Amino acid sequence: MADYTLATDDGRLEALRRMLLIREFDTTAGEYFADGEIPGFVHLYIGEEAVGVGACAALDPDDYIASTHRGHGHCIAKGLDPELMMAELFGKQDGYCNGKGGSMHIADVDSGMLGANGIVGAGPPMATGAALTIDYKDLDKVALGFLGDGAVAQGQVHEAINMASTWDLPAVFLVENNQYGEATPVEKQHNVENLSDTAQAYDIPGVTVDGMDVTAVAEAVEEARKRARAGDGPTLIEAETYRYRGHYEGDEQPYRTKEEIEQWQERDAIESFKQRLIDRGELTESEFEELQSEVEETIADAVDYAQDADMPDPSEAYEDMFGEPVPEIEQFAARPRADGGTRGGDTR
Amino acid sequence: MTAQAQLDPEQTETMTVREAIRQALREEMERDEDVYIMGEDVGLFGGVLEVTGDLFEEFGEERVRDTPIAEAGFMGAATGAAATGTRPVVELMFSDFMGVSMEQIMNQMAKMRYMFGGKTEMPVTVRTTEGGGMGAASQHSGTVHAWIAHFPGLKAVAPGTAASAKGLTKAAIRSDDPVFVFENKMIYEQKGSVPTDEDFTVPIGEASIEQEGDDVTVVATQRLVGESLDVAETLDGDVDVEVIDARSLYPLDTDTIVESVEKTGRLVVADESPLSYGIHAEVAARAQEEAFFSLDAPIQRVGTPDTHMPFSPPLEQEVLPDGDEVQHAIERIT
Repeated sequence: MADYTLATDDGRLEALRRMLLIREFDTTAGEYFADGEIPGFVHLYIGEEAVGVGACAALDPDDYIASTHRGHGHCIAKGLDPELMMAELFGKQDGYCNGKGGSMHIADVDSGMLGANGIVGAGPPMATGAALTIDYKDLDKVALGFLGDGAVAQGQVHEAINMASTWDLPAVFLVENNQYGEATPVEKQHNVENLSDTAQAYDIPGVTVDGMDVTAVAEAVEEARKRARAGDGPTLIEAETYRYRGHYEGDEQPYRTKEEIEQWQERDAIESFKQRLIDRGELTESEFEELQSEVEETIADAVDYAQDADMPDPSEAYEDMFGEPVPEIEQFAARPRADGGTRGGDTR
Repeated sequence: MTAQAQLDPEQTETMTVREAIRQALREEMERDEDVYIMGEDVGLFGGVLEVTGDLFEEFGEERVRDTPIAEAGFMGAATGAAATGTRPVVELMFSDFMGVSMEQIMNQMAKMRYMFGGKTEMPVTVRTTEGGGMGAASQHSGTVHAWIAHFPGLKAVAPGTAASAKGLTKAAIRSDDPVFVFENKMIYEQKGSVPTDEDFTVPIGEASIEQEGDDVTVVATQRLVGESLDVAETLDGDVDVEVIDARSLYPLDTDTIVESVEKTGRLVVADESPLSYGIHAEVAARAQEEAFFSLDAPIQRVGTPDTHMPFSPPLEQEVLPDGDEVQHAIERIT
C-alpha cells in the first residue's frame, strides 16, 4: 500500500499536507529564484498539486515514476526530502544530485523517482523501460510516466505507449493537461477533444478526470494500477488542471488573461480538498492553520539547510560520468590551470 | 597489448565475426539472467544481418525481444530498463537509424548518471551495423561512430577481428556504462581465432597491436584492420608496418598509439568515416600532443570523403577506403 492513501482519515490529511508542502516549496523556490539565489531556471507546479499527490497516493512506495521538467510536485508527492530537493535547487553538494542536476533533473532512483526531465516527452519511454524491468523480473510494481499536454504531440510518447500496450506492460501514463504547452494553448497543438482520446490508437482505456480534484485523480490511477498489475497493460489518464504561474518563472504570459487564471483559482485543488475535509468533520480550520504553519516551517528549514550546505568542490565536475572512469577526463582534470593552480582544487 | 600475447592456440577456435558476436551474446545471456536482447526482427527472424540467429530458439521471446519499428521508443525503454536493474542489449539494425533515436541516446542514456550525481548505473549495450560495400545506399551504409565517440557519457568500440568482436561485446555487456558496439557489416564473414574461455573479454579502452613493425604505424578500425594487415604483408621486406586495431574509440588507448609512434615516427590513421572532424583527427591530435618530436612525417588520414555513401557500385567503390589507399598513404611518408 501507499504510505498515504485517500481511503483513510490520516491518509487524506497526509495528502493535504503534501499538497500544501508542494505549494509552499514552489512558492519559496520562486522567491529565491527571483532573488538570484537559485541559479538557472525553475518551472513551478503551483495549481497542479492534486495531480501529483492524487497519483502518488494511489501508488505503492516501491512503484516507479518518471517525471517532467515541472517535477518538484512529483518529488514531494513521491516522498522525497524537501531539504535535499532545495539543496539541489541551490546547486549544493548535499542536493539529490550533488548539484549536478538542479531543478530539472532531481532524481532518487532508490525511491522510485526516475528523474525530472528537461526534454518534453522523454518520461514515457523511461516509464515503459521501468515497466519492462518490472515485467522481466516479475516484480510487484508499476511504472507511472507523467507527461504534459504538450508532450502528447511528441513522437517518442506515441512509441512508448504503443510499446507498453503491445507488450501489456505494467505502466500508467498520466497527462497533466495544464492547458498550455509552454506558451501555446492546448487546442492549438492537438486535434482531439480530450487528450485521452488518443488511447483508442493503442486499444487501452483512456480517461479524462478533473485534475483539480485529488480524489478523482487517485481513483483513476488506482484503477489503472490494478489493470497494470493484472497484466492487462497501461491506461492513459488525462488530468485537467492549470498552472497558476508561467511556463517558467519570469514568463510574462501574454498568452492568457488574469481573469482566466482567477477562474481556475476559484476551483483551487487545495482549497476545495480542505473544504471537503472540514465538511466531513475530518479537519477543523484551526487544525488546518496548524498544518499550514508546520509546512511553512518545514520549507523554511529546507531553505536554511540549502543555504548552509556546501557548494560542490570544483573537482566534482569530473566525477560521475562513468562507472569505470576514462583517462580522457582524468587527464583533463590533472591539467594545470591558467592561473597556475590545479584544476578542481582550491580556486573557484 | 599484442594480439599474439592474448591468444593461446590451444584455447581458441576459428569462427566468423558474426559467430563470435553471437557466441558473446549467448555466453553473457547464459551467465547473467538480467541480460536480454531487444531490437527489430532479432527474434524468430534472427536479425536482418543474421547476428542473433538462433538465440531466439534458445532463450525465447522474453530474452530475444522483437520491438516495434520505433527506435526512439525502444532506445528509451532500454534506458529506463537499464536504470532500473536489467541489462538490455539493443540491436539498432543500421547505424543510420541512430538519428531517429538520438534524443534518448544523447539526453537520457548518456546524461542520467552524471545529472543524477552518479546515483544510477546505465548498463546498456547498443549493437549496430555500419559501413558501405553492400550497395545499400546512403541511408543504410553510414559510419557514424564518431558521433557517439564524441558525445560525453557514452563509450564506443569498433572491432576489427573476430576475437575483438567477441571480447568487446562481452565487455560491453558486463560494463555498467552505456557501450556502443559498431559492427562493420562487411566483416561479418571474416574468420579469425577466437578464445573459447567464457571469461575472455577485451577491456574497453585497450588497443591491440595486430602486427608489429618499426617503420610506420597504421591505426586502423573495423574492416580496415584486416586490409591494413594485408598491406603489411604486401610491403614486408620493404616497409616494416605496425598495425594497431584501435578497438575502442572512446576511451581511446592513447598510450599504445603514442608508444608505437615514438618507435616508428610515422602514422597513418585508417577509419571508414568521413574525414572531417572525426576519428582520424582525434588520433592525429593525440599523437602530435604526446609524440610531436618523434614524428618524422605528416600524419596521413584514410577515410571516406565528406559525401554520403552512393548506391551504384562504381560510385560506392570510389568513396570507400581500402587497402590500396592505406598502402598509398604509407608510401607517401616512407
